[in-house]
Amino acid sequence: MDPNHKRSKTVDRVDSKTESTQFPDEVLERVLSLIKSNKDRSSASLVCKDWYNAERWSRRHVFIGNCYSVSPEIVAARFPKIRSVTIKGKPRFSDFNLVPDDWGADIFPWLNVFATAYPFLEELRLKRMAVSDESLEFLATKFVEFKKISMLSCDGFSTNGLKAIATHCKNLTELDIQENGIDDLGGHWLSCFPESLTSLEVLNFSSLNSEVCFKALEKLVSRSKSLRVLKVNRNISLDQLQILLSHAPQLMELGTGTFMQELVSGPVTGLKNAFSNCKKLLTLSGLWDATPLYLPVIYSACANLTFLNLSYATLRSDELANLLSHCKCLRRLWLLDTVGDKGLEAVGTSCPLLEELRVFPADPFDQEILLGVTESGFVSVSRGCPNLRYVLYFCRQMTNAAVATIAKNCPNFTHFRLCIMNPGQPDYLTKEPMDEAFGSIVKTCPNLQRLAVSGLLTDRTFEYIGKYAKNLETLSVAFAGSTDLGMECVLGGCPKLRKLEIRDCPFGNSAFLSGVGKYESMRSLWMSACNVTINACRTLAKERPRLNVEVMKDEGGCNDGQAHKVYVYRTVAGRRKDAPPFVLTL
Amino acid sequence: METEGFGLEITELRLGLPSGGGGERNEKTRMFLDIVGDGSDRNNEMAVGWPPVCSYRKRTITKLYVKVSMDGAPFLRKIDINSFRGYSDFVMALENLFGLGDTSEYTPIYEDKDGDWMLVGDVPWR
Repeated sequence: MDPNHKRSKTVDRVDSKTESTQFPDEVLERVLSLIKSNKDRSSASLVCKDWYNAERWSRRHVFIGNCYSVSPEIVAARFPKIRSVTIKGKPRFSDFNLVPDDWGADIFPWLNVFATAYPFLEELRLKRMAVSDESLEFLATKFVEFKKISMLSCDGFSTNGLKAIATHCKNLTELDIQENGIDDLGGHWLSCFPESLTSLEVLNFSSLNSEVCFKALEKLVSRSKSLRVLKVNRNISLDQLQILLSHAPQLMELGTGTFMQELVSGPVTGLKNAFSNCKKLLTLSGLWDATPLYLPVIYSACANLTFLNLSYATLRSDELANLLSHCKCLRRLWLLDTVGDKGLEAVGTSCPLLEELRVFPADPFDQEILLGVTESGFVSVSRGCPNLRYVLYFCRQMTNAAVATIAKNCPNFTHFRLCIMNPGQPDYLTKEPMDEAFGSIVKTCPNLQRLAVSGLLTDRTFEYIGKYAKNLETLSVAFAGSTDLGMECVLGGCPKLRKLEIRDCPFGNSAFLSGVGKYESMRSLWMSACNVTINACRTLAKERPRLNVEVMKDEGGCNDGQAHKVYVYRTVAGRRKDAPPFVLTL
Repeated sequence: METEGFGLEITELRLGLPSGGGGERNEKTRMFLDIVGDGSDRNNEMAVGWPPVCSYRKRTITKLYVKVSMDGAPFLRKIDINSFRGYSDFVMALENLFGLGDTSEYTPIYEDKDGDWMLVGDVPWR
């Protein structure tokens, strides 16, 4: 199909007698092309047929939140001129090994259709997709204008796939590999970038384990004058980092390699100067093995930092405090809980502009309560950082009173993810359930979009959520609730709910089926280790043909009539054609 | 083999001086790597996928402690195997720990789960 061909309009004159003027297609498209938000575009497309057409012709980027909700053919038919695609695949709980391998979400069928429909595709952003080396090679060779690839939590490929990208993509500007299940066969892929490639702007290989050829990396960085994001892996030493920084002082985002070295070849001032020369640095990450010995070299760059990711650095409280005293402008901070409550006090005093805090557990399976952070650290942060919107907090003890205080101090929460690591743990002081904690969050924070609950929770928590969390879009629940009423309250009460993921809760068929009128307005529902039966799933599937109701069989099969893992999602593509044997679509 | 707390696998490495003359291998330094439960079958893990830490992060930050004892040394040392990128790194760190001059004198051996003596280096580092 000729890419310039316009669909014919039935009426194409401006009729001055009618109330509404009709813009020529070109003008309407031009105007709509300025709308970037997909939500707004969707609204625009519903106004009338002309707007629908103008919108579909002017759209350049499409976001597919669930790869099975639509087929590549349908996408290609509706949007003829896409240059950039974002696709998400597996349910989020696959990050925690709850979804078997070979479940699906293969990118290849998409690429196959895109090769014909969008030969000039420039950008692909994937999350939780299954990507093979063959797919990467296909991508690299079939799309001559291809510029940007980003893969987060994907699996199925090896460094051979990266070799194909490096070798064939002549216009590459972005290669962003994050936290994937990648088969690391060695670092030779990096040496495959040709000398002629000078357009690189983003290079992130921080999650790969093997060593790349430093000379090749140095030359690549040196000739990539537009490089603004560089995140290297742990194998890159401090000496090597210094060399790289000398070639790229224009960097805006830096991920270092290991931040420890037995012997440096030159004095530490060299490294210090390298950092102070990076005047545009806004984001810093990596910092593996960072110790007080070398950490001070980054102080000069800290003043302008807005995002500091220390979640791979096992810092103690005093080390963190020293560092943070230089980081007044921080908006986002990721930490390991080795910093303790004292470290979090320093966060509260040093970072008044903080909007996002994530505290990860250094030893998630350690049951000693003495380690990590507690409610006290969280409260300290809330006192000093009233602009907090996003928190992810792993801890081993919490109280209702503390969370109430936190909510009062930070009413602007949009994302509140609290993980009390021992399942079903009550308020450790009062021994009561943690219902009031989450109650205070939903009552005090009107903008709450995402909530993850934990600890000992009764149905009361969910009554609160259903009653107060009117902007809630994503809810994660584990080891919580007393009866079906809990889930029913949420399904009946949260008008904007899009994603609901539940595991190990006593919710059964009544709760499950109470959502029959709701699931089509949501992206997906996940329920595992609950009390839903296969028959209930059949009932839902029958009532709602536009939902895919999938049951995943455990190794023991479905003999007991229980549906151990249920995944329900709306779709216009019908049942999956690529479902593996252990996935039953009812 | 003692385990200290949950989540910390204690392994024991023993270094011994080479025997005089000839230098038979099994009389050289012996490193006991008595792995008490490896990273995959953590029996203290409460449930699959809990706490919800993504696999990449779990692999990267978990610690695997190795107790190292050397014949003739007055006390034992402990090091975290996960902080090394490969065998050469690991052996170098042992060198530093014990102030060993020349590693060619030492052959690291470990005792696996079945109680067999294995030469360090055959199995891929990961």
